[in-house]
Amino acid sequence: MTQTARPLSPHLQIYRWRVNMLQSTLHRLSGLFLCLGGLLLAWGLIAAASSAQAWSTFATFCGSPIGLVLFIAWSWALLFHLCNGIQHLFRDAGMGYDVPLRDHAKTPSYFATGWLVIAISVALTVVVWVCYFLRANGGAA
Amino acid sequence: MSTGGDNSLRNPLKTARGYGSAQSGVRHWWLQRVTAVALIPLSLWFIGLALALVHADFVSARAIIGQPVHAVLLVALVVALFWHGALGLQVVIEDYVHTHWKEIALQLAVRFGAFIAAVACIFAIARIALG
Repeated sequence: MTQTARPLSPHLQIYRWRVNMLQSTLHRLSGLFLCLGGLLLAWGLIAAASSAQAWSTFATFCGSPIGLVLFIAWSWALLFHLCNGIQHLFRDAGMGYDVPLRDHAKTPSYFATGWLVIAISVALTVVVWVCYFLRANGGAA
Repeated sequence: MSTGGDNSLRNPLKTARGYGSAQSGVRHWWLQRVTAVALIPLSLWFIGLALALVHADFVSARAIIGQPVHAVLLVALVVALFWHGALGLQVVIEDYVHTHWKEIALQLAVRFGAFIAAVACIFAIARIALG
């Protein structure tokens, strides 16, 4: 691309930090991480289609401490990407910008919904892992 | 290529730079949203399935995956997931990889990798459900 002598737009350090910067970064990072999760899904399905031994190797990895840490991270990555993605879709439809509320008198709802998305994704992750441990302890959940 | 005459609002800069529009418009943006909408119910359902598969042995895992409803939804999930993932990885590579040959190689690797992973998943599901 030919370089032009136009002025540069202000870069990251110019702007006041806002939660949507965190959301944007986390959305991309969680998306990258979920691609790895997709490969794990492929491994699991291929193992289940192959042999009892292949499934047992997969299950041993999933049940290992590393596997558990990865699964906790994957569950939150999935739920955050899901919640944030739903917010993206609403904003794509032009909803949720609330221009009249974007003043300094109160917290603008544009940013409040960002914190809400993060809070809901964490809460849902906790719910999923409560279900997991209830099942692991032989519960009926 | 036509320049559109003197009355055209088109800026001749696009032809001057030799590239011009890719003529694909909003296709990438739209497919990203279509697969995202599909993945909302599918991923919520998948979390439930994953919890059902926790501590399942080989035989019961195959029985769960092989149920027709589960097998069909898994295929739908896999298609939407790898498609959505490939579209997302494409943008990440476009944003951060600026060496031409590396960018082309990575874009090809993402496309081929996503495709082969999706095909492998569908083959595995079919083998479990039909075999």
